[in-house]
Amino acid sequence: MALLQVRDLNKRFGGLHAVNSVSFDVQKGAIKSVIGPNGAGKTTLFNLICGSLGADSGAVKFDSKSILGLKPYQIASTGVSRTFQNIKMFPGMTALENVMVGLHTKSKAGFWAGMFPLPATRREEKKIRARAHELLELLDIDQFADIEASSLAFGQQRAVEFARALASDPTLLLLDEPAAGLNIYETAEVARLITKIQQQGITVLLVEHDMSLVMDISDEIVVLSFGQHIAEGTPGEIQHNKEVIQIYLGE
Amino acid sequence: MMSLELFSQYIFAGITYGIIYAIVAIGFNIIYNTTGIINFAQGEFVMLGGMAAISLNQFLPLPLAIVAAVLFTMLVGALIEIVFIRWLESPSVLRMIIITIGLSIIIREIALHVWGDTVRALPYFTGNVISSVTILGAAISPQVLWVLAVCSCIVVLLSLFFKFTPLGKEMQACASNRLAATLCGINAKNMVTFSFMLSAAIGAVAGCVVSPITSSQYDMGTGLAIKGFTVAVLGGLGNSMAAVAAGLLLGILEAFSVGVGFPLAFQDAISISILLIILFVRPHGLFGNKQAASLKEF
Amino acid sequence: MASRKLTSIALLVAVVVAVQVITQLTGTNYYLTQLTMTMYSCLLIVGLCLVMGYAGQISLGHAGFFAIGGYTSASLTTMNLLPAFENGSSCVTALNKMGLLVTRTSMFGEPLLTVHPWFACLLAIAITALIAFLIGIPVLKLKGHYLAMATLGFGIIIFRIVLAMEFFGEADGISDVPGFTLLPGLTVNGDMDNRVVNYYIAAAVLITGFILLLNLIDSRVGRALRGIHGAEDAADAMGIDTARYKLYTFVLSAVFAAVAGVLLTHYTGGISPSDAGVMKSVRYVAIVAIGGMASLWGALTMGGLLNFLSLRGLFGSYDDAVFGAILIIIMLFAPEGVLRLSIWSKIKPTKEAK
Repeated sequence: MALLQVRDLNKRFGGLHAVNSVSFDVQKGAIKSVIGPNGAGKTTLFNLICGSLGADSGAVKFDSKSILGLKPYQIASTGVSRTFQNIKMFPGMTALENVMVGLHTKSKAGFWAGMFPLPATRREEKKIRARAHELLELLDIDQFADIEASSLAFGQQRAVEFARALASDPTLLLLDEPAAGLNIYETAEVARLITKIQQQGITVLLVEHDMSLVMDISDEIVVLSFGQHIAEGTPGEIQHNKEVIQIYLGE
Repeated sequence: MMSLELFSQYIFAGITYGIIYAIVAIGFNIIYNTTGIINFAQGEFVMLGGMAAISLNQFLPLPLAIVAAVLFTMLVGALIEIVFIRWLESPSVLRMIIITIGLSIIIREIALHVWGDTVRALPYFTGNVISSVTILGAAISPQVLWVLAVCSCIVVLLSLFFKFTPLGKEMQACASNRLAATLCGINAKNMVTFSFMLSAAIGAVAGCVVSPITSSQYDMGTGLAIKGFTVAVLGGLGNSMAAVAAGLLLGILEAFSVGVGFPLAFQDAISISILLIILFVRPHGLFGNKQAASLKEF
Repeated sequence: MASRKLTSIALLVAVVVAVQVITQLTGTNYYLTQLTMTMYSCLLIVGLCLVMGYAGQISLGHAGFFAIGGYTSASLTTMNLLPAFENGSSCVTALNKMGLLVTRTSMFGEPLLTVHPWFACLLAIAITALIAFLIGIPVLKLKGHYLAMATLGFGIIIFRIVLAMEFFGEADGISDVPGFTLLPGLTVNGDMDNRVVNYYIAAAVLITGFILLLNLIDSRVGRALRGIHGAEDAADAMGIDTARYKLYTFVLSAVFAAVAGVLLTHYTGGISPSDAGVMKSVRYVAIVAIGGMASLWGALTMGGLLNFLSLRGLFGSYDDAVFGAILIIIMLFAPEGVLRLSIWSKIKPTKEAK
């Protein structure tokens, strides 16, 4: 049983059919990449799966349960976590605090507990803080814990974003162009990181333009073009697929 | 059932106020279309037009006083834009809202100190306070006809302006896509200034023409701004033709509410309630397009 | 971290006490009245700061919540239920049996049967919270200009209602509002002899509320709010129910405003429509803005300073204009608030990545 099942997903923006009857599965424990030229509908697809956009029709099942139509925060609580193409660090908050927000679904102090902190709440805060440090350490950026996140270097911000996305102990991690804006060394770092995440049993679905990264780490690849599913298979199969080559190189 | 005379009376009252609201709404739309800003001080332009004309009328003949007042208000509009808005670099929506609110307050307070809180009015353009024309059985002041005529002219001239004149087309271009317009050599910054001046002008004209009927007072701006905004939203922000329809609708609704005995003190509550309902239920307005509206960055 | 908060609070308490002692020694006791009023206004302002600075929602109608709280309490403690009681109304008799009514004489010597101030106060807060909740659900779905206009519209509706209704005293408002005995010996009223006690009551209420908000900001909820303000869709993706959090914050700030309204009304003995007006709401927004939207301390300090100066009449007839000007100047030159201007960082370098 696939962890994520996407069936005949459709989204139109006026006359533009951004996502056109797209279907694919993501197996548990796999790293699957979605690739395609610009405007292929990759980020729209992501937004549909994560609930930030409403689909026109189709089905999305996570762990055999339908998540289509759920709000983003509800989907996040089911074990799906995501990053954003243009790293949305929370401004005015340190790297540590950013990751602590990621732990939101793992804690429960509400408004009353916030205003009247009892010992139980204080203990929870300590645990959250410690766990956030752990996550930053996992990504080798704990030294930046108390620095304002939006003032960090781009690669470091990416790392904080990873830590933040991992904080909720997701079963499925969606990465929206994780290598965007990174140089070769940083991209290799990202590849290493994603493989490490996979080893922890987390399934990864990523959208990416960087072919070397995609071919290097993916178990399977889905190719989209103009919103349509063009091809699907292992990196080897995709590299030899005539249609895919045509899309990227033109006639 | 209401008599025809009474019915016509209410209709005329309704469209008189309604078309003023529509002009204010169009003023909002012009600036909004070019800049994405909602100018909370829009109502003050109407107030300034009327008040300035009244003062100038003391030593200038009426037509000149009105022209001078309109020019004065256009100057104020340009000044506001140049001093407070032009040099801001991609300000946030919140910031702009607060700035224009602050401006509306300052203008109002200055008006209070210059003109005091007495209620004044321009003299009737033709006839006087008791002259009337009978239309469909209703006794209508000739000033009402002035209001309808002048405002209709404004609407018609504006649409001609935007469709056919070079400047108008440049403003439209700026509204649709500022970057592309700049690349074509259109000076976007001047377009913004001009949109403020244009909004100020039509507000001032409306303020002058309606003054004999409603009188002018230093604090008339806020109420008008809210009603104008309601009308603009009702028609769909940015859509000036719809604003006219929406304005007439609101005006007539208000007029008839008085007719059916709705307490006058709560009349403002009607337009605000309509505003709230529209915002909650259909923020893109009666004639707006949902997706187009959601694309406009807020 | 916690100790720094503790020392700041201790400092605040010290300042409050010091001010009172100084007025005692210099024989300028009359300042206490305006200081007390200022402190109640600050209660509303810090609540507003939470909504605007942390949850990022502008509210141009907060004076409306102040008014709902104040007017409810005022009307309940001044409306005479004696005729109804003498006529045998079952509702009034039941309330009386439950001990929720009190008798007193009005300032004209007329015997009155009114609602007990404590009951009136709790009702006022509950009603305000309920209205804030109901209004908040649709309003907080709006953004930007629409949100500003909707909150402005709300404030104006409240203003129009209290101005137009005879029950609320129309343009004259409600007066002869009795004192509110919180505890034996602690009464909120305008008695001259009670000035010092009232000063400390106001301070206690304000500081307590302030501490609650400070706690909230540092908690899981506070982080979530800052996240919502900073990047709402990212917050969504972290599992934060943004709509619910914005709503609860809005209601909480309305409660703060209502408490301020209730206590200030009992203190001054009355309330009038101008307390619900747009200018008041704008003033509150101006103060939060100058204090630095997301700074509770800034809001508290600026609220204290500006409200007091305004009450002292420093701005004369230009009062409203001053706040309007403050708004503009702050938004033009220091949108993050005066305390975060870049010139401060030249004096005291901030901790930024190299």
